[in-house]
Amino acid sequence: MRGKRRVGERTPDVTIKPPTDSKSMLQWLKANLFNTWYNALLTLLAVVFLYIVFKGILSWAFTEANWNVIPANLQIFLVGAYPREEIWRVWIVIYTLALMLGLSAGIWGGLALRLAIVIGSVGGGLGIILAFFPIALSNRFGLLGGVAFLVVAFFLIRGKIGLRPWVLGGWLLSFPWTMIWLHGFAGLPTVFTSSWGGLLLTLILAAVGIVVSFPLGVLLALGRRSTLPVIKWVSTAYIETVRGVPLVTILFMAQIMVPIFLPDFRIDKILRAMLGITLFSAAYMAENVRGGLQSIPTGQYEAAHAVGLNYPLTMLLVVLPQALRSVIPAIVGQFISLFKDTSLVTVIGLLDLLGIAKTVIANPDWLGLQAEVYLFAAIVYFVFSYSMSYISLRIEDALGV
Amino acid sequence: MENNSTKSVSEKIPFWRDVRGLRVLFQVIFLVGVVLLSGILYTNMLRGLRGLGLTLNLDFLNNEAGFGIAEGIAYEPSDTYLRAFWVGVVNTIRVSVIGIACATILGLVIGIARLSSNWLVRNLAAIYIECFRNIPLLLQILFWYTAVILQLPSVRKSLTFFGHVFINQRGVYLPSPQPTSGVKIWVACLAVGFILALILYLARLRELRQMEQPGFPAKWALPTFLVVALVGWFLTPGRPFTLELPALKGFNFAGGIYLSPEFCALVIGLVMYTGAFIAEVVRSGIQSVAKGQQEAAKAIGLNEFQTLRLIVLPQALRVIAPPLTSQYLNLTKNSSLAVAIGFPDLFNIGNTMMNQTGQSIPIFGMIMISYLIISLATSAYMNWYNRRINRIGR
Amino acid sequence: MRLSRVHSEGSDEIVADLENTPDDSIIICEEVHKWFDDFHVLRGITTTFERGEKVVICGPSGSGKSTFIRTINRLETHQQGRIIVDGIELSDDLRNIERIRQEVGMVFQQFNLFPHLTVLQNVTLSPIWVKKMAKSDAESEALALLERVGIEEHAHKFPAQISGGQQQRVAIARALAMQPKIMLFDEPTSALDPEMINEVLDVMRELAASGMTMLVVTHEMGFAREVADRIIFIDEGAIVEEAAPAIFFDNPQNERTQLFISQTLQH
Repeated sequence: MRGKRRVGERTPDVTIKPPTDSKSMLQWLKANLFNTWYNALLTLLAVVFLYIVFKGILSWAFTEANWNVIPANLQIFLVGAYPREEIWRVWIVIYTLALMLGLSAGIWGGLALRLAIVIGSVGGGLGIILAFFPIALSNRFGLLGGVAFLVVAFFLIRGKIGLRPWVLGGWLLSFPWTMIWLHGFAGLPTVFTSSWGGLLLTLILAAVGIVVSFPLGVLLALGRRSTLPVIKWVSTAYIETVRGVPLVTILFMAQIMVPIFLPDFRIDKILRAMLGITLFSAAYMAENVRGGLQSIPTGQYEAAHAVGLNYPLTMLLVVLPQALRSVIPAIVGQFISLFKDTSLVTVIGLLDLLGIAKTVIANPDWLGLQAEVYLFAAIVYFVFSYSMSYISLRIEDALGV
Repeated sequence: MENNSTKSVSEKIPFWRDVRGLRVLFQVIFLVGVVLLSGILYTNMLRGLRGLGLTLNLDFLNNEAGFGIAEGIAYEPSDTYLRAFWVGVVNTIRVSVIGIACATILGLVIGIARLSSNWLVRNLAAIYIECFRNIPLLLQILFWYTAVILQLPSVRKSLTFFGHVFINQRGVYLPSPQPTSGVKIWVACLAVGFILALILYLARLRELRQMEQPGFPAKWALPTFLVVALVGWFLTPGRPFTLELPALKGFNFAGGIYLSPEFCALVIGLVMYTGAFIAEVVRSGIQSVAKGQQEAAKAIGLNEFQTLRLIVLPQALRVIAPPLTSQYLNLTKNSSLAVAIGFPDLFNIGNTMMNQTGQSIPIFGMIMISYLIISLATSAYMNWYNRRINRIGR
Repeated sequence: MRLSRVHSEGSDEIVADLENTPDDSIIICEEVHKWFDDFHVLRGITTTFERGEKVVICGPSGSGKSTFIRTINRLETHQQGRIIVDGIELSDDLRNIERIRQEVGMVFQQFNLFPHLTVLQNVTLSPIWVKKMAKSDAESEALALLERVGIEEHAHKFPAQISGGQQQRVAIARALAMQPKIMLFDEPTSALDPEMINEVLDVMRELAASGMTMLVVTHEMGFAREVADRIIFIDEGAIVEEAAPAIFFDNPQNERTQLFISQTLQH
């Protein structure tokens, strides 16, 4: 449908404005809440419901609840048993990521920029709260510093498109770098993974799950779409088996079976959990990628063959770049659910955010504060998960998928 | 162009360039790799098991389990491990079926509320969905269990509803219907009503066919059956069922239906969480029905309810069915979080069995196979249902 | 025309024995058969194409004409018979398939440009990755080709940003970038808006004038009459009639050909 005006069509001499329908408050209420008798009834019921719930929650939150438990334990909620004198390393990681995000926003603009704005404003908001409230934290201005890094990096690199490969490489390296840096090397004192905990562990588990399962998932998806029957059946069997079984089962299996299957390696509990999460996530990743592969028309394969590309080149240069682009929203969705699913490591005794919450509740100093602690953990999970799904909506808009 | 004197060119192609040869070769290499890897893992496993003094067989399943299970079908600690595992399977199915039923109803209500023309209702539904979707299920279950149910009043101070429903920190006590001696008479009434209804149904069906008119073939049959059932209910001496009411005896309630705190927390958590996802499925399903369809329905004079029932829902159902299946499967798999609050589902009991016998490998096998069977059965049923609704209305 | 085996050092493939052939054939098809499951699409096609010859293949839809030209660069595998392209037999031999695909360029009905790459990247993709050309050389050659098809100013746009006719011209440039000896056109103008058909046909005319061997499946009978050296009419998977355009259009022998021509020219 083209918006071209046909020749001879009359153009109005005077532009007439549409009738303004700025409604008064009362009209709005009538249109949106009381337009029919049953809507009026529903509105009344909803108001009563809201009144009861809010009254209950507010009176509990301001009179009965003991919120001291949160600031007193904030540090272990965030990083678990990570030693106090080494927490600056966590800050370095945050600054590195802020820097990378700022650089990407400056170079690519668009989606990366919007992402940076969302993350920057959430971080900035939290940073202000942390900076101006009396909360025991090693570095009260840390988050604001991170936002500053982001902004400075953005303005420094803005428009320098030639640096793209470097920033991409930086992202690729940032992952192993984070792991090694937090663990410690050379002169840095080693912080064993067993003392990683809290939100830090939750985020690391989710990141490992997505990043490591990604290549595995792509291979499995290609395997499942392969014309070679053996490869196809093995991939399909793996994907369907893993998807048919709960994550808890796989986490327990990783805990119990890995030492039996690989007796010669000492793999600690967190690594085993990472292994389980990765193997689990790979099957779901494979299904996402397969969805993308199926969306590529056969004409693309034919054109690639016709210009002489062989199978690996066809996949690498033509099919995968398009397929992966179209599944970015699905992958973000998977990241969100993986972020929530990492809470299951609590069941095998790891101290992620939820695990820490359970230990705080069990602490004799803070008995009977289940509701406060779980609500706090719920809010943290919610903030992360909700902002990620907001970002994924933006990505969907930007990609037009 | 006549006769081309052509020599045979079915030349032997070297295998590394032969497409077919390469296909076979790749698969052989792949298979050898898979077999080699599993072989290494298998020998490692045998070595590890020998170190633990275990052998790989299923004989232990016939041994006495020796541990108690708080709820489920009839079971004694002196029963075998196999029986104990079966108790867990039944408990998983029970939680899943009840959870799926409740979550579907909740999801449907919230999903339709999400599309309400009432601003307040619409936004309340949105808030519900966003809150419950974005908080980990395990956290929700733990919250319901430790922060809500276990904090309820003690047995003696039970919350009472309708006089006969008791809720306290030991669980929920509901009246249960018990058949009386008169139940046989009522069942006979039902049978008569069913036969009558069937005759009326077939007659109406034939009539509709002859008149070549669309219609509701159970128009007469359904009310007939209901009337006969109702009349039979009141004619039965002493009523076919009596309600067994829970009553406080000693330190606890006895009689009626008892729901444990673990069961309640698990089901509430699963229903609230999955309900939010189902609501989104329902909403997007209804929205996927093109606006033109609704306009067309209005144009031919259908009212709002008729539009929803005849035009929108049948089309939305087709879109909803596949994602709904995966939500049902998620709920079933998520019921394994029972292990965190001690509800004896199949995974929890399997876990106990592993701790007692050390036979982790066969037990993991049993657990995985059980889940796979449940998953396959659910998706097979939903695929069948999906095909059916796709066939109708095309 | 005869085939014989030529053994030279390090090479054992079959080549056409050019000395014994008066004509200069570049594609030889002998009794080519193909089935889609039980459906017999190609029922023994035997023909030869000369170097520099322009052949238009026409026929009703579903006649197998597209399938036939797609067997020539092995997008479809023939199941019986032989196809020899520039002395290389199409078989399960991977090396032969790769070679033939470099010698045969193809233009599709739906353009099939790579939507995630710019026009220039579409054209240079294969020279860089298959022919291992230096990026700068590939780009300067690609720009020359784009100029030849008249869209050098759009080199840095993405396919979705240009019109269908322009996309199809890019597709031609992309095929030419491999310096093929033969160009296959599979209904190149069928997906185009009427006002864009000529810009593509002009490029094809220019290409024909430059001496390229061309096999064109098309419904553009005006183009066929003007450019083709020979017209092949395929129906139900077999060649019904082949002749020079003047004879084909003005004096068709077969009934089905007559019917087809009368129906096509009505439009």
